[in-house]
Amino acid sequence: MQNEFIINVVYLVSAALFIIGLKLLSHPSTARRGNLLSAVGMLVAICITLIDQQIVSYQWILIALAAGGVVGAVVARKIALTSMPELVSLLNGIGGLASLAVAFAMVVGGSLATYIVVILLIAIAIGGVTFTGSLVAWAKLSGKLGNIIQTKAMVFKGQAIANSLLVLAIILFAVGISFVPQMTFLVFVFVILCLALGVMLVLPIGGADMPVVISLLNSYSGLAACAAGIALNNNLLIVAGALVGASGIILTSIMCKAMNRSLTNVLFSGFKEVSSVSTKIEGEVKAISCEDAYYVLEAAQSVIVIPGYGMAVAQAQHAMKELQSLLEGNGAEVVYGIHPVAGRMPGHMNVLLAEADVPYELLLEMDEVNPRMENYDVAIVIGANDVVNPAAREIKESPIYGMPVINADLAKNVFIMKRGMASGFAGIDNPLFFKDNASMIFGDAKDSINAIIRQFAD
Amino acid sequence: MSFISLAMVLLLAIFLGFELIRKVPATLHTPLMSGANAVSGITVIGAFVFAGNDMGGLAKFFGVLAVFLATINVVGGYMVTDRMLSMFKGKGDRNAK
Repeated sequence: MQNEFIINVVYLVSAALFIIGLKLLSHPSTARRGNLLSAVGMLVAICITLIDQQIVSYQWILIALAAGGVVGAVVARKIALTSMPELVSLLNGIGGLASLAVAFAMVVGGSLATYIVVILLIAIAIGGVTFTGSLVAWAKLSGKLGNIIQTKAMVFKGQAIANSLLVLAIILFAVGISFVPQMTFLVFVFVILCLALGVMLVLPIGGADMPVVISLLNSYSGLAACAAGIALNNNLLIVAGALVGASGIILTSIMCKAMNRSLTNVLFSGFKEVSSVSTKIEGEVKAISCEDAYYVLEAAQSVIVIPGYGMAVAQAQHAMKELQSLLEGNGAEVVYGIHPVAGRMPGHMNVLLAEADVPYELLLEMDEVNPRMENYDVAIVIGANDVVNPAAREIKESPIYGMPVINADLAKNVFIMKRGMASGFAGIDNPLFFKDNASMIFGDAKDSINAIIRQFAD
Repeated sequence: MSFISLAMVLLLAIFLGFELIRKVPATLHTPLMSGANAVSGITVIGAFVFAGNDMGGLAKFFGVLAVFLATINVVGGYMVTDRMLSMFKGKGDRNAK
């Protein structure tokens, strides 16, 4: 009894540390301290829980803690920061599986009140969907299982019906288990059905919609912990899970707004026929050599860089930083305009540029750069397409009409670094390329930037 | 504790979460997500009871599995977040480093 009181007091402290940690995350200069405080909160919570009198043997707990700690530490050290989207989706999945395992252990562990069983089944369902959904998202992001799981939306005939049947079966099994929870076999089938649902839900979502999917799965991993917390009667689990759940939901809604689409549209658009609007764009695309680009850049007073997923693919962030220093040395002002859904996860571009040592003050959001776009002498678009597409403002028939974009076309000159004339993910032509003030620099973005840097050296 | 008071805690935590996270700037969204991964590893404290008990082999096995997985999240999540945040430098801090 006394132990339980002490444990709960410490949980209170942990919850406070998590909350203060999140609060400090509201500015880059305090964020690191916030993360540390949050980690301290976690550490004391883990240590104090070990005095719980219900625990009779420590052997396996310590083995599992040590093994998990080693795996986590090795992964965190070894992972390339360019693979952050993959890592975060893997961690989402592991979190979901952990909650599933706890809930499962509790269901098979003893006799429980019916409402507890229902909550545990909810935890299992969310955890299961999070686990397999995240694995599919990981496969789509890394492209490692390219033969089996493609990055683009994967749809097959009757998929909608199959999904509905799956959901129906899950509900039926849940009802059955809540009546006879001692039948472990039923619980196993229930787990498998939930795992299958996770795969089915993420398969039809295309690669460029991954920012939404990762955010949503992030939220699920928290909600699964939350549900487990209610069943286990554990306040700290509820608070921490709810914080994570809220964080994921907010990010999801930011991502959806940035694409001007509803969540339902993102999750189920793979099922719809792609409406091929063929508004022919009249005009000519101008290509420019790196040498000519250099002359323009040398004369420029202010430059805005707009990165997209292509910059991550070409690994061009370090070269860009070098070019930035040269331009600044030449007396120009350089800033970066970052669209919320540029890249494959929320904040993807910011991490890449921070890794390349670009100060965070220079990373501006879309709403900050758009009002002064006319003042920039040059806008350099690196591997971005849909997020700078003026069709979103100008062409009512365009599928992306209404999406907030960075108005790169309003800058005095626009350089677009691009491999070829392929259209972006949305499969629509980009009128930006045909504007009079736009010039294309074809080729690998990193090579092109390096070529411009060499011109500065000469 | 009664179900209602747990629900009350849940409700307040969600609203608090919304208020706090709304203030996180876009530039820190990736560290926010990996940090959230670490926090969701809190499941580990729920798993101890099953991993350290003898309520039957299956429950123990899944308890141990949960401790292992959640610890990966906690350690991996906090460490990688710290690694990322250490790179976010302002103009002022750049000469110091």
